[in-house]
Amino acid sequence: MKSINHHLTDQLLMGYSAGSLPEAFNLVVATHVSLCDECRARMHEFDAVGGVLMDEAGIEAVSDDCLAATMALIAAAPVEVKPAPAPAVSSIFPAPLQDYVGGDLDAVEWRRIGGGVSQAILQTSDEATVRLLRIPAGVAVPDHGHGGMELTLVLQGAFRDETDRFGPGDIEVANEEMVHQPVAEAGLDCICLSATDAPLRFSGILPRMAQRVFGI
Amino acid sequence: MSESSTRMDWIAEIEAIRDHQDERAFARLFGHFAPRVKGFLMKSGVSAEFAEECTQEVMATLWRKAHMFDGSKASVSTWIFTVARNRKIDMLRKQRRPEPEDLPWGPETEASPADVMALAQDTELLGQALAALPEKQRVLIERAYFGELTHSEIAAETGLPLGTIKSRIRLALDRLRHSMS
Repeated sequence: MKSINHHLTDQLLMGYSAGSLPEAFNLVVATHVSLCDECRARMHEFDAVGGVLMDEAGIEAVSDDCLAATMALIAAAPVEVKPAPAPAVSSIFPAPLQDYVGGDLDAVEWRRIGGGVSQAILQTSDEATVRLLRIPAGVAVPDHGHGGMELTLVLQGAFRDETDRFGPGDIEVANEEMVHQPVAEAGLDCICLSATDAPLRFSGILPRMAQRVFGI
Repeated sequence: MSESSTRMDWIAEIEAIRDHQDERAFARLFGHFAPRVKGFLMKSGVSAEFAEECTQEVMATLWRKAHMFDGSKASVSTWIFTVARNRKIDMLRKQRRPEPEDLPWGPETEASPADVMALAQDTELLGQALAALPEKQRVLIERAYFGELTHSEIAAETGLPLGTIKSRIRLALDRLRHSMS
């Protein structure tokens, strides 16, 4: 297991467990948890909080025929057999991300967005957007601020910004106060999964024009 | 019967459903959890009629997925909560729910009864710690879980007394990784 230094916040894990995150954020959380045992264990703990609350937060009587109706549902559909675990395929995309991409890295339909950077927007509900970004080694993403929250999960390569270095499995959680300029490290192209719940605000005029054209 | 021994019993019910399709065990589980699932859904803003229908689907899912229950990762109430939550997202928000990649917990790594017991006890302690929180804080956490808060309204500092269950599951994950390498 790779060494991961930057983890999910309690706020995000609670939102994921409660089911109140936008789908785009859920995908980033599920992808990070697939790579990070520390956050997987924390996720189970937040689920345990939900279990305790459900167990103790009060009951609503069910109708007299509710059990019989449930037994009828059970009789109508067969028991789900757990599929054999898929053979471990060496991929930088964990299973939840592969589901949204519809395959592995070679299935991504990249679109160039300028400066050598490419993106592929993944289809989710419209409360937030999630995209794959490919930043060539040594290249900087234009410095930008955020109207809301931005999650950036590194899948390959690494980037640095004003705060720290982010390598494979690391997640950066940026809020609206943060303005940063990520630069991809030398070596492999940096591939990230990035979600925002508001459009990014680029500092320069050319990136702003590109933003209108490409919808980042 | 103490609360913790009750919780251990639910594991026996799940195993009886998994191993013998035991309808009486299911009826006991249903008697305890169906009104709680319905209560949880109604607190989340679902109508009584819809909540009842949804509760039936959640409980039927427990029967169908009893073989997937792993008591070393989740207590029975935790597991039922996750099934109910996923059904709620599916129904209310009409969204897919991306889930983390399954770990290959094979039969050779099946949970030991001691691990299952320990996790149930940890969950019990978590419940006591939650009950001991100041009222205001507990209400905020409930509102987060019943879907009354958006993700940006959830406090960055939850103040939840967490760490015990995490440590236990973390150890189990380390053992699993070790046995695979």
